[in-house]
Amino acid sequence: MSTALLIEQLLNGLQLGVMLFLMAAGLTLIFGVMGLINLAHGSLYMIGAFACAVVASLTGSFWLGLIASLAAAAAAGAIMEVVVIRRLYDRDHLDQVLATFALILIFSEGSRWVFGSFPLYLDIPPVLQGAVSLPGGGQYQLYRLAIIAVGIAVALGLYLLISRTRLGMRIRAGESDREMIAALGIDIQTLYTIVFALGAALAGLAGALVGALQSVQVGMGEPVLILAFVVIVIGGIGSIKGALIGAILVGLIDTMGRFLLPKTLALILPAAQAGMVGGALASMLIYIVMALILAFRPRGLFAA
Amino acid sequence: MRKILATSILSLGLASAAYAEPVKIGVITTLSGGGAGLGIDMRDAFTLAMKQSGNKDIELVIEDDAQKPEIAVQLAEKMIQSDKVDLLTGIIWSNLAMAVVPNTVAQDIIYLSPNAGPSALAGANCNANYFNVAYQNDNFHEAMGQYANKDYKKTFILAPNYPAGKDALTGFKRFYKGELAGEVYTQVGQTDYAAEIAQIRDSGADSVFFFLPGGMGISFMKQYAQSGVKTPVMGPGFSFDQDVLGAIGDAALGVKNSATWSKDLDNDANKKFVEAFKTEYKRLPSIYAAQSWDTANLILAALSKASVKDKDAFKAALKAADFKSVRGKFVFNNNNHPIQNVYVREVVKEDNVLTNKIVATAFEDHKDAYADKCKM
Amino acid sequence: MIARETIINTILALLLLAVPLIAMAVGEPFYITLSTRVAILALAAVGLNIALGLGGLVSFGHAAFFGIGGYAAGILATHAFNAEPMLFGVEGTTSMPWIWLVALTVCGLVALPIGAISLRTSGVYFIMITLAFAQMIYYFAISWPAYGGEDGLSLSVRNSFPLINTAKPLPFFLICYALLLLAMSLFALIRGSRFGAALQTARQNDTRLAAVGIAPFNIRLIAFIISAMVTGLAGALFADLNRFASPSMLSWHMSGELIVLIILGGKGRLFGPLAGAMLYVLFEYTLGGITERWQFFLGLILLGVVLFARGGLLGLLAGKARHG
Repeated sequence: MSTALLIEQLLNGLQLGVMLFLMAAGLTLIFGVMGLINLAHGSLYMIGAFACAVVASLTGSFWLGLIASLAAAAAAGAIMEVVVIRRLYDRDHLDQVLATFALILIFSEGSRWVFGSFPLYLDIPPVLQGAVSLPGGGQYQLYRLAIIAVGIAVALGLYLLISRTRLGMRIRAGESDREMIAALGIDIQTLYTIVFALGAALAGLAGALVGALQSVQVGMGEPVLILAFVVIVIGGIGSIKGALIGAILVGLIDTMGRFLLPKTLALILPAAQAGMVGGALASMLIYIVMALILAFRPRGLFAA
Repeated sequence: MRKILATSILSLGLASAAYAEPVKIGVITTLSGGGAGLGIDMRDAFTLAMKQSGNKDIELVIEDDAQKPEIAVQLAEKMIQSDKVDLLTGIIWSNLAMAVVPNTVAQDIIYLSPNAGPSALAGANCNANYFNVAYQNDNFHEAMGQYANKDYKKTFILAPNYPAGKDALTGFKRFYKGELAGEVYTQVGQTDYAAEIAQIRDSGADSVFFFLPGGMGISFMKQYAQSGVKTPVMGPGFSFDQDVLGAIGDAALGVKNSATWSKDLDNDANKKFVEAFKTEYKRLPSIYAAQSWDTANLILAALSKASVKDKDAFKAALKAADFKSVRGKFVFNNNNHPIQNVYVREVVKEDNVLTNKIVATAFEDHKDAYADKCKM
Repeated sequence: MIARETIINTILALLLLAVPLIAMAVGEPFYITLSTRVAILALAAVGLNIALGLGGLVSFGHAAFFGIGGYAAGILATHAFNAEPMLFGVEGTTSMPWIWLVALTVCGLVALPIGAISLRTSGVYFIMITLAFAQMIYYFAISWPAYGGEDGLSLSVRNSFPLINTAKPLPFFLICYALLLLAMSLFALIRGSRFGAALQTARQNDTRLAAVGIAPFNIRLIAFIISAMVTGLAGALFADLNRFASPSMLSWHMSGELIVLIILGGKGRLFGPLAGAMLYVLFEYTLGGITERWQFFLGLILLGVVLFARGGLLGLLAGKARHG
């Protein structure tokens, strides 16, 4: 095993982590401010990917597609908030789980209705095709580096937004005391809609970015949704910093587990068996890590 | 009363007797969720074949299994007990077939598989009521293993970590004589293959064989092409068929893949099928559509020879496989699985649409590896 | 005067019994199968309701126990059928009582560590950590080749029960129905007991319970284990109904469905799971027959129930719940 391969796998883990962060940031923000569990967050990711694929194939421009994905996901998020989610803030988690579970069914079948049953095509933009050289002689795909950069930029942007702007101040106020900011005369309904749309737009962005790498199809949001939940629970629900660190942790553990476990087991088992057992362990690994972390820190690493 | 009526119809004339009798066929397939494209192709070809036959006595009961085994089981029970269907067909996925088929055939209902042929149903557990009109799961992979011997010495193989994935790699290795550069089992439903592609690059392989059905294959192919790794890729036809080629895009161009059917297969039945499907649905048929078309025509042929109520005669008529298959020659082996040619196809672009053309024949009259364990 | 809820409960219980009998009489055996499905799903949800309704423990991972129960039935029957002893030379069996005993025991043993770790957390963390454990078991089942992996495990014949012909739909339904009534009695018993009182107090106020010298952790853990065992029993029956156990029984969709059943019927109520299961299977069956977009409409209906019919079906029919 060469150093170049190791570096490449670390970058892959980082890229997966950054992508998970885009999903997890929205989830954790929505939970932190509104106290809401949104299972339908994966549907917003799917909407972003579909919007990007459709617009990109119509106009031939990935960048227009990307803008469309942000707009479509934010709009879907805002509509969802106004029509459904708003009625759930004062309910318990149970009702929220059920309502957003129902939304998954509606969005999944709804998008199949609109976009058809076959997966859609979406490719990475020409500018970002190709690879760059890594120290150690390896190569790394430019597009994946760009995803990492976008993720870091979003993390930075969110930090500035929350710590430096008026909106951020209100979000922080909302996190610490919901009744209080209403009393201060802030239009809390609009604030909630904005926060929800912001979270949705981030999910849509993740969907569009990843849509160029994988299959744009119905149900694509579900595996990512579960991973994003693992991330925010590890990081501490409501904490953006926790989401970032949790996401990178999960991305690295998942990628390195898939890479190293079968290799390690191959030292003691025949190759085919090592592949199977290692693969099985790797798919369980992040859940094991999550259970371990919660066993020792029941409120995650950075409890808000 | 009903019995008397049936006998009187039979006595009217033997030639028309089989036709005059109502036949109910249950179709359980995937019409919702991420895998719906395959089920919709299956259903569309099946209903089209039935419509074109002009046979007015056939009634279809079509329902969606949502790709969930327990729903498929429930639908099978409903169709058998409540709709009283004479035949069942339609299931796309191996795990759903494993849930439905054993109990269906145990109740003496005939099941015809238009896709999926798990090894568990081909060997010792074969059944006279189970007809596989598609393939045994290993077949495509065996063909690719055989074909790989021609050019490659060191292949990297990967598949999802579930039974069909293990069957796939076992099938490949059964005929492949070269060395393996690596053997990797990926997570079911995995969407990112960067880690695996990095391993491929590092392994020094001269070729890659993968079995990743549905969205997994689309993701893998796109990422593989984007990664710039130039090692040639091959796989079973499922990952390069009409339902997914559009989503993979030009990345698939030139890839060799194995299948028992292709749009350009030169026989009259196939030409008629491709034309009919294109005219009716304004898209090219997939292999699932082709197999389903064959299933429908096999049923129609058997119906013209025997009454579906006379189980033994009808099974004999099915086994004779006296129909014009879009795959050319089509014969059932002792385990009711097909003996057929397996081809190697290449992805090409025709009129700006990605599709396949046949470039070689990997096996002639290929039988599956489990048939001799079947005591039938 | 008899409370309105009691009347409605009696009607529901009789309705579930009447449908298969009528179906038998008019020669439509499929409705017996459908009713059996209702009884088994209701049983699974009654199990979950012990944790969720009484203890306020929103487990999003009960599919784990449902699936383990199913695999207990599948694995024991497979070994008996092939006449191969299992690990440590234990023989397989096709006798339902033994299978149930194994399903109950294994689920209890698995629920112990899962509960012990998960109950250190609360709220959303609890929801998510139970989900994580279920996912772990799900992936294990998919990739472990010995018992079929994703293909699942077929039972060649339905397991047997002394003196009863379980292969016939009606006797098997009656077994499931009897177990459902038994489980609901257990639920009522727990709710009325000192243990149940402690459990419900723990849900409302931890410290008050601790003040009288009862550790809420232990109370919750016991409730979680009992809850898992009942759901596991339902899983064993479900495998027998379908003659099939598969990883999809362990999937997070299944956990979601069990929660849906409880809310649909009315949470915290004795008959909530039964009412929910009846309604859910009815929706699934009729919508599936009408349109291939049935999941879309199912989603709309569920959404409507959460938003506009708080308290579920029983809430609509019987008014406000006595037990919060």
